[in-house]
Amino acid sequence: MAEKFLMKGNEAVAEAAIRSGCRYFFGYPITPQTELAAYMAKNMPKRGGVFLQAESEIAAINMVYGAAGAGARAMTSSSSPGISLKQEGISYIAGADLPCVIVNMARGGPGLGSIQGSQADYFQATKGGGHGDYHMLVFAPNSVQELVDMTARAFDKADEYRMPAMILGDGMLGQMMEPVGFFEPKEPEELPKKEWATDGTGMKRKKNIINSLYLESEILERLNIERYERYAQICEREPLFEEINTEDAEIIITAYGMSARIAVSAMTALRKEGVRVGIIRPITLWPFPSEIFARRAANAKAFLCVEMSMGQMVEDVRLAVDGKRPVYFCGRTGGMTVEPDAVYEEVKRILKLKTAGGM
Amino acid sequence: MAEIMLAGFGGQGVLFAGKVIAKAGMEALKNVSWLPSYGPEMRGGTCNCKVIVSDGQIASPDIAEPDFLLAMNAPSLDKFEGKVRAGGTIIMDSSLIDSKRTFRKDVNIVCIPAKKIAEKIGDGRLGNMVMTGCFISRYGKIPLAKVVDCMRRSVSKAKSSLAELNIKMLKAGYAF
Repeated sequence: MAEKFLMKGNEAVAEAAIRSGCRYFFGYPITPQTELAAYMAKNMPKRGGVFLQAESEIAAINMVYGAAGAGARAMTSSSSPGISLKQEGISYIAGADLPCVIVNMARGGPGLGSIQGSQADYFQATKGGGHGDYHMLVFAPNSVQELVDMTARAFDKADEYRMPAMILGDGMLGQMMEPVGFFEPKEPEELPKKEWATDGTGMKRKKNIINSLYLESEILERLNIERYERYAQICEREPLFEEINTEDAEIIITAYGMSARIAVSAMTALRKEGVRVGIIRPITLWPFPSEIFARRAANAKAFLCVEMSMGQMVEDVRLAVDGKRPVYFCGRTGGMTVEPDAVYEEVKRILKLKTAGGM
Repeated sequence: MAEIMLAGFGGQGVLFAGKVIAKAGMEALKNVSWLPSYGPEMRGGTCNCKVIVSDGQIASPDIAEPDFLLAMNAPSLDKFEGKVRAGGTIIMDSSLIDSKRTFRKDVNIVCIPAKKIAEKIGDGRLGNMVMTGCFISRYGKIPLAKVVDCMRRSVSKAKSSLAELNIKMLKAGYAF
């Protein structure tokens, strides 16, 4: 970890994926994540891997489906409109219980939207996106270093639970450069063997089958229930979050990814004035770290959710707080960034409100 | 900590200049962030990047009130002059921007004919490095030797003559 590189978020994810033993990348260019594919195009062939620019996003996710079925660590990346195109494939991958990593460097939507960073894909990432009863692991890093760490974790956890994992960043995080250190590379051969993979029987074992079509509803129901039993374990074991200054906080700001860094700027200014503000930053968006919100609701007087969207994570925060405290929202949309001053003003406004101040 | 905004036309090396500051800043001060504007423009459009160098943690990489503005064309100066923190510094290329224009009174103004200096040394396209050298001298917390060292290390041997030319530009800007 000693040497630090100055790298864009997009490039750092690509390097982290290769070091995690990913040797198959299928993508299709789109701003603001193109540097990720470009890094893969340049480096995968040198490191014994495959970079393939597919004919479309839909083709790319189905290539991931194939590579994952054969037991390989595979990745695709895109930005919001491209991720929408991949939803059918993601649902199939989840239905076939296959691990893979999908990167979304999100941009303003809906539709073709804008090319600036946005957090308006929270619902799509955490509540399905594709059809059917399924979830993905969703990691939302807030720095280039955490992009690297979470990419490695996403591959490991996807394999462990046999399910797709998403890195949900945004255009700003993908485009910015920060100092970053890397872990020692893993070779694909060092990874645990996947006994379920369709990688050839060699006439030595029974056939493995990868499928998401079950015409007998009783069987499909049983498989879905089993999958949700696995999800329940994940909800217990895998939530990640960061807390800053929450012990004495009257108001807790909650935000993920880049918005959380903006929230830190606002918190620092408010703390200087003696306002007791803290931050809860979910790092996994699914599973959502609900428990910490429930716990902090005992002492905090109000929550403020900050997002680069019209308000999506705020719904999960409200569910977690469960009516015990008011949950306010502050956001910008369409690719606009919330400014620290806006968060600062909103906290001041909440403090003046009876609901928060009068308790 | 310093928040630096660099702005100009696409093709002037605005992003590269920011990268040079960020890279040297990373070695001199530990934490840096570099945030580019990105759009459909490649050459000729407006372009900017925001660099923060700090010995502490960097929260938001976005900059509302820069301590330094490096303006490489008139539209950028018009757009960002008002945003500079009171007491901050504007470094502007006076070979591309009319230095007789009126400026805010509460900021330091450095008018440096960066493009002309670069032409005189041998390549007018390297005005960005003259601007960078000038910034390094005014900021004072990143040693010029560190910038020179970074420049040499980040250029391949085959292109080392280019590194040396860039270093000449940096030094000229630093001496201004």
